[in-house]
Amino acid sequence: MPTYEKILLKNMEQPGYTGSLPDYERAGGYQALRKVLGKVPPAEVTATVIKSGLRGRGGAGFPTGVKWGFLPKDYQGPRYLCCNADESEPGTFKDRQLIERDPHQMIEGIVLACYAIQAATAYIYIRGEFVLGAEILERALSEARTAGYVGKNILEQGIGIDVWVHRGAGAYICGEETALLESLEGKRGLPRVKPPFPATHGLYNEPTVVNNVETLANLPHILVRGAEWFASIGSAPKSTGTRIFCVSGHVKRPGNYEVPMGITFRELIYEHAGGMRGKETLKAFIPGGASAPFLTPDHLDVKMDFESVAQAGSMLGSGGVTVMEQGTSMVWATLRLMEFFYHESCGKCTPCREGSSWLVQTLRRIIDRRGRMEDLETLTDLCKNIAGRTVCAFGDAEISPVLSTLKHWRHEYIELIHAAEAANLIRPEPVGAKR
Amino acid sequence: MLKEKYKTEIDEILARYPVKRSALLPLLYLAQQEEGYVSEAAMKEIAGLLRLTPSQVYETVTFYTMLNLKPVGKFHIQVCKSLMCALVGSDTVLGWLKTKLGIGPGQTTVDRMFTVSAVECLAACGTGPMMQINDDYYERLTEHKLDRILADLRMSGTSALKSGPFMWPEPSGAVRREG
Repeated sequence: MPTYEKILLKNMEQPGYTGSLPDYERAGGYQALRKVLGKVPPAEVTATVIKSGLRGRGGAGFPTGVKWGFLPKDYQGPRYLCCNADESEPGTFKDRQLIERDPHQMIEGIVLACYAIQAATAYIYIRGEFVLGAEILERALSEARTAGYVGKNILEQGIGIDVWVHRGAGAYICGEETALLESLEGKRGLPRVKPPFPATHGLYNEPTVVNNVETLANLPHILVRGAEWFASIGSAPKSTGTRIFCVSGHVKRPGNYEVPMGITFRELIYEHAGGMRGKETLKAFIPGGASAPFLTPDHLDVKMDFESVAQAGSMLGSGGVTVMEQGTSMVWATLRLMEFFYHESCGKCTPCREGSSWLVQTLRRIIDRRGRMEDLETLTDLCKNIAGRTVCAFGDAEISPVLSTLKHWRHEYIELIHAAEAANLIRPEPVGAKR
Repeated sequence: MLKEKYKTEIDEILARYPVKRSALLPLLYLAQQEEGYVSEAAMKEIAGLLRLTPSQVYETVTFYTMLNLKPVGKFHIQVCKSLMCALVGSDTVLGWLKTKLGIGPGQTTVDRMFTVSAVECLAACGTGPMMQINDDYYERLTEHKLDRILADLRMSGTSALKSGPFMWPEPSGAVRREG
């Protein structure tokens, strides 16, 4: 099996590493902060991050330094950084490991990002279920405050940056950056209409940057080892660095694997994750979290970088790779994901709110052998009327399992409908979808 | 009243935010910690503390699944039912719970010890099937492990089988702790 240098998971894989401040310092932690804070101008930090090619690890893959550059240059009021630790894309569980095993790595990244964008306050918005993660972060922040890495006068450079943990309360949509801001303001997590973007009108209407945990955790390494070093890893020029891919489903060794971007799905699934769990061969996989369209065994040699996966008709998204073996019903898998989206739709936009309910009802009808041929058209039509008609990307996400399984496994839908016709079980549909 | 009992905590929470309303979720968590759910009285009190109307508090509470508007059992078992866990047996786990506790999702045992919920993704997809009980995660569930967890909870209110700081796969050479 090919091995690669790990960057983000390196410390935690050392025997006995606890993630405490002394452990992190012994592993070279907070060197980036010492090197940069008060010594390198913030604009230069941003320039280095742009040069490194670092792109957001949350799902959208927007270049991090460029995002920072959108903040108004001469604005005198407060600016904010929000660390998106809401990790809620089904299939994704990497941030949990970064938070619970090496909290100081992300805290150093947060302070560096605050310095670059000249923010005095950062909030870590962590999903409410991560109670342990929130406790670990609180403990690490208190260590960092005592040691002078966070607080009013960091490293005696006269720079004040405060970092607070803010727990969400169980809403997938709060991982969407503007919904996250609404939630942080104590409201329902409904995404905002963009523009204006958070860079100019964010938290409390002030300039704000929202970055994912993994994105921020990369910063100390980039600033110590240089932009060129980081850009030399992965799939240059557009997908630089490593990524932590989360493998779940029917594989022998599910888990988090940090590899350079650009390896193939075949290598990740068959080498790193040990291949299929039993005798059944691979039938389908989701390459980047529940929002990413399904792919087939024909796509195993696609490279795991943003562009290649997009070219194959899906997206690298959050890095959550879910593997399904032969025998898994694709209509059933689609319904499971659709139930998730139906439950999590925030309700702001009608096409998404009502469409997700219709999609669930139609899929359930087909699975219950009460489907009819027109249902396939209904599904496609619903998807068409959701796509691009919502405030946030949730609408486009929820249709991707439906459209991709209809494309690759249409015969499975048809077989279920034929079974319904044969059994003459077509009955009036039940009223309302069950949540 | 929350204000008397948690004065220090409330002041400390309010100091983190330039706008009071941001303290709403943290204060609702305090209320839930106190009573096991968010009561109408607590919502009214929090509205007063943050200079909001009670309906502003209520509209926020109803959006978030982790805030309970009704009392739940002493142990709230939340089984992840999303696709990734379903692929590796979450429906089976719900079946075991139904057999062992006699209740399905949305129900509470008559002794008010256990409430079972089927919930959406809890970000533990590589270690499914899994469930959260109150604040703790329990992962890679087997029937044997589930039996031990339920027995531990009945006996001592907690179980050593809960997850610690997450890392999967475990680094080579690590001792594997399984139920």
